[in-house]
Amino acid sequence: MPTAQESVQAIAARFQGRTSQPVEFRGEWTLSVDLEIIPEVAHFLKDEYHYKYLADICSVDYPDESPRFEIVYEFYHLEAKNHVRIKAKVEEDAEAPTITHVYQGANWHEREIYDMMGIRFKNHPDLRRILMWEGYPYFPLRKEFPLEGKPSELPDVAFSRTAPLEGGPFVTTNAMHSDEREPRSKAPKL
Amino acid sequence: METISLEKKDTAAAFAQAAEDGKLILNMGPSHPSTHGVLRILLEMDGEIVTKADPDLGYLHRGDEKIAENMSYNQFVPYTDRLDYLAPLANNVAYACAVEKLMGWELPPRCKVIRVICCELARISAHLLGVGCFAMDCGAMTVFLYTFTEREKIYNLIEKLTGARFTTSYTRVGGMTRDLPPGFVEETKAFVAQFWEKIDELDNLLSRNRIFVDRTKDVGIITKEDAIDFGLSGPNLRGSGVDHDIRKSNPYLGYENYQFDVPIGSTGDSYDRYFVRLEEMRQSSRILEQALSNIPEGPFFYQDGKSYLPTKDKVLTKMEELIHQFMIVTEGINAPKGEVYFSAENPKGELGFYIKSLGGGVPYRLKIRAPSFVNLSILSKITPGHMMSDVIAILGSLDFVMGECDR
Repeated sequence: MPTAQESVQAIAARFQGRTSQPVEFRGEWTLSVDLEIIPEVAHFLKDEYHYKYLADICSVDYPDESPRFEIVYEFYHLEAKNHVRIKAKVEEDAEAPTITHVYQGANWHEREIYDMMGIRFKNHPDLRRILMWEGYPYFPLRKEFPLEGKPSELPDVAFSRTAPLEGGPFVTTNAMHSDEREPRSKAPKL
Repeated sequence: METISLEKKDTAAAFAQAAEDGKLILNMGPSHPSTHGVLRILLEMDGEIVTKADPDLGYLHRGDEKIAENMSYNQFVPYTDRLDYLAPLANNVAYACAVEKLMGWELPPRCKVIRVICCELARISAHLLGVGCFAMDCGAMTVFLYTFTEREKIYNLIEKLTGARFTTSYTRVGGMTRDLPPGFVEETKAFVAQFWEKIDELDNLLSRNRIFVDRTKDVGIITKEDAIDFGLSGPNLRGSGVDHDIRKSNPYLGYENYQFDVPIGSTGDSYDRYFVRLEEMRQSSRILEQALSNIPEGPFFYQDGKSYLPTKDKVLTKMEELIHQFMIVTEGINAPKGEVYFSAENPKGELGFYIKSLGGGVPYRLKIRAPSFVNLSILSKITPGHMMSDVIAILGSLDFVMGECDR
């Protein structure tokens, strides 16, 4: 049974030139690969290395970088009891390949990523919003989306206002000055 | 898996089309007693038989992941109470462990044991509610009252431990808010001692109850392959016969030191999922007995003055500690750059936290892998072919909670 290190090295050897060097942090192995080979890597991990359990798919937004988004997959091996993390970068207007045909559980994870960050998945069987309502105009987990939300109006479906942030939630960021760190200490803008 | 696209403007057309095919589109939820919160399911019915099912989520979406990106690690602890609000202690522990993994901290033994006690109390409490509501959905009102009597006792213990009954916020990154209160160990031991009998009572009420068995046997069968492929976790995965429990496979908090068994089902139907939960309560009681009889002395938080809040008497008398306290409170703990994924075996399944840190006291991205979200994704696969009344039994057996599903 493969260790996480052996598995990521096997992928790096199999898809030479299309992956980065495996990285270890806190005992977890991470490998960045090209976006196009994600389905092949998933097939390889599932069929040849028996990583049968897709634990999670997640996306991260780096608005100042290009490519802007990163999709993070966590594959788990039920017998070897370890997991490997595969990452791929996605351009803002590009489509990512789906892995729903490899892992059926990827369906809702990919729908959530589309809903929250606006990354589209090519050939996904049912790419609709999942948490926000159909017709919602924004992608709320993108970094430029403000914490208090944006007003949106859909008379037939829903109506939303921005959240009143003064007084909470208690927000802290890494800003230098306390009034930037804690928006609630600022006078409300009227 | 085909889905119903009622959301795409042409609602009337979809209804008309269904009527033409001799089908009926039925809207179940979002406020239906058996959806345990605000799950909405669109069902396409052919007579009494479900032909398609399309779950509609998000009614309880609060943007927890967005909120997490805007506050320091410790400030997010109260938000974890509100994920799986039936077992807030287990969420607190899972989140704290995830951040500690990022920090690379090894907790003192006393802290680990306290956390194990928290997790197992939470598991019993959540399973009691899961089994009780499941039975009530299938028409057995009495069981619900029996399980809630026991839950009340656990809530009293939790109140004594944390000061709150539901929104506990008991953990901090690196430790707990306070040590075990005096008398807590004895009271919990007394609770466990009388609880064995109560599980047997529950067992006797349900396991061979003709109505309950008829309603749940061979209903909503999830095959082993499907369960793995869909990424199910917790009792729903084990009910299908997959021997996977994170407490055994990737032990955290010293779970490798406890004697307990992992119950697994054989057919993967609703009855098996019920039975796994029932047996897990017995195993949790076993763990509790071992943990309570062997609580090490020592500190209950990580011993590093620079990253964990110093004790109040030191803050008030020493300059160095005062500065540390100030830095930790205003800037948060200084996490290293890196990314970790930590998952814990929660009552509902694998609760995972993926944390991406660029350094500093605020996570750059925090993704919550909610077990209920993943568990529900199999619904449109297993409900077709069942009767309407079976859908209610299946929902009860999946034991989901929308606070965690929608985040």
